[in-house]
Amino acid sequence: MTRATLRLPTPLRAFCGGSDELQLDGGTVGELLGTLVAQHPGLSGRILDDAGALRRFVNVFVDGRNARGEGGLAMAVPQGAVVTIVPAVAGGAS
Amino acid sequence: MSESRRRIDELRAQLGEVAPSAALADRGGVLVDVREPDEVAQGTPIGALRVPKSFIELRIEAAVPDRDRPVYVMCAGGVRSLFATESLRALGYTKAMSVAGGFSRWKSEGLPFEVPQVLDASARQRYGRHLILPEVGEKGQLRLAQSRMVLVGAGGLGSPAALYLAAAGVGRLTIVDDDVVDRSNLQRQVLHTDARVGRPKAESARETLNALNPEVRVEALRERLTAENVERIFAGADVVLDGTDNFQTRYLVNDACVKLGIANVHGAIFRFEGQVSVFHPASARGTAPCYRCLYPEPPPPELAPSCAEAGVLGVLPGVIGCLQATEALKLVLGVGRPLIGRMLHYDALHQRFQELSFDADPECAWCAPGRRVETYQHLAEVCRT
Repeated sequence: MTRATLRLPTPLRAFCGGSDELQLDGGTVGELLGTLVAQHPGLSGRILDDAGALRRFVNVFVDGRNARGEGGLAMAVPQGAVVTIVPAVAGGAS
Repeated sequence: MSESRRRIDELRAQLGEVAPSAALADRGGVLVDVREPDEVAQGTPIGALRVPKSFIELRIEAAVPDRDRPVYVMCAGGVRSLFATESLRALGYTKAMSVAGGFSRWKSEGLPFEVPQVLDASARQRYGRHLILPEVGEKGQLRLAQSRMVLVGAGGLGSPAALYLAAAGVGRLTIVDDDVVDRSNLQRQVLHTDARVGRPKAESARETLNALNPEVRVEALRERLTAENVERIFAGADVVLDGTDNFQTRYLVNDACVKLGIANVHGAIFRFEGQVSVFHPASARGTAPCYRCLYPEPPPPELAPSCAEAGVLGVLPGVIGCLQATEALKLVLGVGRPLIGRMLHYDALHQRFQELSFDADPECAWCAPGRRVETYQHLAEVCRT
């Protein structure tokens, strides 16, 4: 089992006690997110859909690479990787 | 004989000269017009490098890195070019030669020349710090003057972007915003002023931008971008800057830019975080992603961050909007590496930038090769404050 640093975006921090960064175990993106939602169930529907797939307005980057093009939830997470969750954000003009 | 006359003869004998027709015939050589800008404005050989004599030593290495390449130096009558040739020889340009008779002989022999588009004295003064950048120079500055950019939103992101684009000398700026200035905007929307509260943002933007740079043509459109007007507004634009505040418009901006082949410089902010990227599938179809490749769908209203709770650090759109302006200028100038297939993610609290990379989605509903979508999708409005 590998350990990685997960960076959380502002909109999701409220669902994990305000943390912006967590140390989590998981050899793949799916395992890592599984660990995350097990610890913070409120996040589940915001990252994964009912079928357990990554939501289409959320991206997960492993060491800066988008998991979507690299196997999605099956993408390997190396030991010590930085995993960043980036959701679509609309703000700008207001 | 005067001392200067003696020196000129000496240089002519020492360095030799080349006839204009011989300089033109040498395809491997480079012709450098060293006359002053006001002389060049009257006419100059087609394709000649234009470097005033006073800058020749500073600029020649960037323009002609190969010192063994023949360099044909031209002035008005073949005298100043002798001195410039001497300087080039001293820098190691062994095949530098002065063109006998200069541009007057070139012209009288019927050799090809053009009257170039040049900056006037006022523009030369205003854009002086651009002109001395080899990556911009007069050619780049003229390119900016001929360009047209559309800013969707004259708010947090549009404000800094528009200010810097106007200052940079972008020829035409179209500002699209249907909103009016509210006092609560002024914490970050630096295009507007306290005295303009209640007035349309597009007009307020035009007033500020015209005051900063009267050379820029600002088109203020007090409209909301819709499927019906988007193509009319974007047509002919070189770059669109997306600084809107809702997903509906963001997907519309993306879809129209993809359809029209225009670069979409994207910026988005939330509280202390920002995202910047360039979506431009037309630059490399199948490789360069669009907004839908990254975010195939917007979040449903119940999962979109609450607008009421959102808030934003006033300076954050300043950072992100300036990055958008930088990308827009780079695209028009054709310099550097645009943020295509990359997103710059900014976290102001950690004061950290992170570069994230992503690919075009081969299954993208909008930009995948061979995909042809005719009608714009209507999305439910998720959030608008």
